[in-house]
Amino acid sequence: MNSNRNDVAHEFLAFKLGQEEYGVDILSVQEIRGYDTVTRVPEAPDYIKGVINLRGVIVPVVDLRLKFKLGTATYDEFTVMIVLNLKGKVIGAVVDGVSDVVQVDGEQIRPTPEFGGIIDTRFISGIATVGERMLILLDIESLILSADITGTAPAIA
Amino acid sequence: MTAHILVVDDSASMRQMVAFTLTGAGFTVTEAEDGVIALDKARGAKFNAVVTDVNMPNMDGIALIRHLRALPDYRFTPMLMLTTEAGTDKKAEGKAAGATGWLVKPFNPDQLVATVKKVLG
Amino acid sequence: MSNDLRRFHATFFEESREGLEAMETGLLDLESGRGTADTINMVFRAAHSIKGGSATFGFTKVAELTHVLETLLDELRSDKRPLTSDAMDAMLASVDVLRGLLKAAEAGVPPADDGAALVAQLNAVLSGKTTIAFAAAPAAARPKAPERFVIAFAPKASMFMSGNDPLRILRELAELGTMTVECDLAGLPAFADLDPTQSFLKWTLTLPGTVSEAAIRDAFSWVEDECDLSINGDGGAAAPAPEPVAAVPMPPAATPVAAVPGGGGASEDASIRVQASKVDLLINLVGELVITQAMLKAVGGSVEGAVAERLLAGLETLERNTRDLQEAVISVRMLPVDAVFKRFPRLVRDLAGRLGKQVNLKTFGESTELDKGLIEKISDPMVHLVRNAIDHGLETTEDRIRAGKDPIGTITLAASHQGGNILIEVSDDGKGLNRERILAKAREKGIAVGDNPTDAEVWNLIFAPGFSTAAAVTDLSGRGVGMDVVRRNIQSLGGETVLQSTTGKGTKVTIKLPLTLAILDGMTVGVGEEVYVLPLGHIIESMKPSAENVRTVSGEGRVLKVRGEYLPMVHLGSHFGMGGQERPPITVIVEGDGQKLALEVDELIGQQQVVVKSLETNYRRIDGISGATILGDGRVALILDVPGLIRGRHVVKAA
Repeated sequence: MNSNRNDVAHEFLAFKLGQEEYGVDILSVQEIRGYDTVTRVPEAPDYIKGVINLRGVIVPVVDLRLKFKLGTATYDEFTVMIVLNLKGKVIGAVVDGVSDVVQVDGEQIRPTPEFGGIIDTRFISGIATVGERMLILLDIESLILSADITGTAPAIA
Repeated sequence: MTAHILVVDDSASMRQMVAFTLTGAGFTVTEAEDGVIALDKARGAKFNAVVTDVNMPNMDGIALIRHLRALPDYRFTPMLMLTTEAGTDKKAEGKAAGATGWLVKPFNPDQLVATVKKVLG
Repeated sequence: MSNDLRRFHATFFEESREGLEAMETGLLDLESGRGTADTINMVFRAAHSIKGGSATFGFTKVAELTHVLETLLDELRSDKRPLTSDAMDAMLASVDVLRGLLKAAEAGVPPADDGAALVAQLNAVLSGKTTIAFAAAPAAARPKAPERFVIAFAPKASMFMSGNDPLRILRELAELGTMTVECDLAGLPAFADLDPTQSFLKWTLTLPGTVSEAAIRDAFSWVEDECDLSINGDGGAAAPAPEPVAAVPMPPAATPVAAVPGGGGASEDASIRVQASKVDLLINLVGELVITQAMLKAVGGSVEGAVAERLLAGLETLERNTRDLQEAVISVRMLPVDAVFKRFPRLVRDLAGRLGKQVNLKTFGESTELDKGLIEKISDPMVHLVRNAIDHGLETTEDRIRAGKDPIGTITLAASHQGGNILIEVSDDGKGLNRERILAKAREKGIAVGDNPTDAEVWNLIFAPGFSTAAAVTDLSGRGVGMDVVRRNIQSLGGETVLQSTTGKGTKVTIKLPLTLAILDGMTVGVGEEVYVLPLGHIIESMKPSAENVRTVSGEGRVLKVRGEYLPMVHLGSHFGMGGQERPPITVIVEGDGQKLALEVDELIGQQQVVVKSLETNYRRIDGISGATILGDGRVALILDVPGLIRGRHVVKAA
């Protein structure tokens, strides 16, 4: 994931979780939807809301606000779900709102500092500074492949 | 006008390979799985040359050639046998039936194209 | 150029696999005396084809082995050699090695056995006979290269009849070097009498001495018998010495025959090869259609007015059409179970031989169909069961005679359809299971058994992990693959295994598999706010139990008395953490693996066919859930894994 840092510019979809702005590689974004009824599944942690039917495919829905324990998870007309697709594996991520697509050069990305355990840095691939904004870049792969979603340990840390 | 070749072989893989090679060389190819089907097709269309395997069920290549030669349209059509043995029996039998010549397998595709071009003049 | 040939490899591998199967069947038939006059020819042709194709596509090891095999077969079919058992063994072994070689070639990896040993073995069988002579003629004394070649070429009248054209030959020669041509018109008749289909001309040609004489002869190779030909070197040695006869070494390609034993290659039934992925796509699309049709039906129920009647009638027709289409598409993937059965004659023969037992194999219902995906997966469990039957089930010949049984033991494979399932039975007429030994072993391993277990319960103990009553774990069936693995394999396919046995008489294992995993007949039930689907095949009945039939057993929870049986009750709402009513009014009795459960649900919603969607593609496996489906209203409903639920309870019990 971090090998891209010195590459050409990447585009990230910026979204909000609580007060912070996060970014996710635009190439892994399949679509953006509203948050609708979800079918609950047994034996799931609280941040996995359940599964939905996405045009015939069963997709799990993860509420990132709950997973990262940020802010309060409210569900209203502004609640948005970003459908992420990595190598054919699809999940839906519920967030507080989506802003825009930001272009980020390699040099603008800094390594993840220690947040002192506030945020789980396993899923963060770096911090991007674009003008006045600071985007916390999400590591999609580790998120999608994490044990609670796949049922197995991820192949790469 | 491109020459139209009839390719007869009961092995799909060999047949497809021969057809593919000849098509790539600019010929039009019709395939048949055995002598009976080939004979039927030959009656329906006019082929400029016939490339046929020998060992086939229902009607082998040599019988096919013999039958084709009996058709007025095919008295002088070049007909090539694809034979395996380098031995002389099959070749002699084929010639007796009216075969123009033969190609010994395994042949490489270039050889096939060159030989077909040669017989078509 | 070789890159272009690769696209035909797949077809060649497929053909060769079929050819090897035909060969094996033919060889076994010959061995057991079931062969006909044509059988050996068919086997020969199959080997011949594989030889040809493998040489053409460059699979030399396969070609080498098939070449020797073909030589042996040729001798056998022309009665130059009797069919001995070591010849048969070597030939059957060749089939195995060839399978391995082809598999390795297909995967692009080096093979485990490169066939060299077998080639030596086959040659050993062949040796002593001098039928194959690889006569390498002594290299002739090389003549001094002549100054030029003089060629006298007189085509016979019939040359055109073979489609040959002297002009074409002359052109070919002209390409070899500077050629002079003299034409002799003497034989030409008057124009009026001229038959243009005959050849009357003769030529005298010269070519430089530097031209290869072989090349000159080559140009005439097809027409040697159709012309008078002489090629002489001039200004050098007289008649050139004959070319050294090239020894016929390794296999030139032969025609791979699409080996269809007995019948014609031009098969009467029109069939086409289709990529499995295309069929899967079709099934998915039909599945989507089923969902849409169900949705329309749901909407249709709320339409009023005059239009409603026509609409509903149309929807009913649509439902029928969809169901028919669905069945038709699923049957595309269905193949006769014979695809699995056919590997057993060979297996049984080899095993029986190795164990010194006499075994007869009977099969029934080979044409019973099941899904292609299941065919591949059911093979291993069945092999294990058959191995078990021969190794542990059947007695030795002496024991059988002593017991007054037929000295030849019988293994029976039978397949049949039952409801939406296929049943496959593997049975033997051997010594059956020993109840006491099993109970003793169970006690030894600390497996809990009731006081007076029924025979069925005792046989079920065999499926416990690590259980094996065989005194010595034989090389063949014992290697860590127990009956528990067989059962688990079947379960993972959505099926069940049941064992029956009579001491002294024999044992029967019945495998029950659903005909398709893609579509399910289900009962939709409400649990809290969620909808779950119970597979109809596992449902015995549903009821509103009266309070007096519900008891609480200490340490086990609540049980329901149904017709004399006490069935454990499962509150689905709390089992899955979904809430729901505290005392759900409805109970559904389900059965799996021969055991029953009473599931408590809030309401019965309906019955419908559902399309099974994978939960694991994007999420993970959940215990007790076998998949998900999309209801007519677009919602997702989880499908219950009844056998899984039942097993889960038993684990709790044993702990």
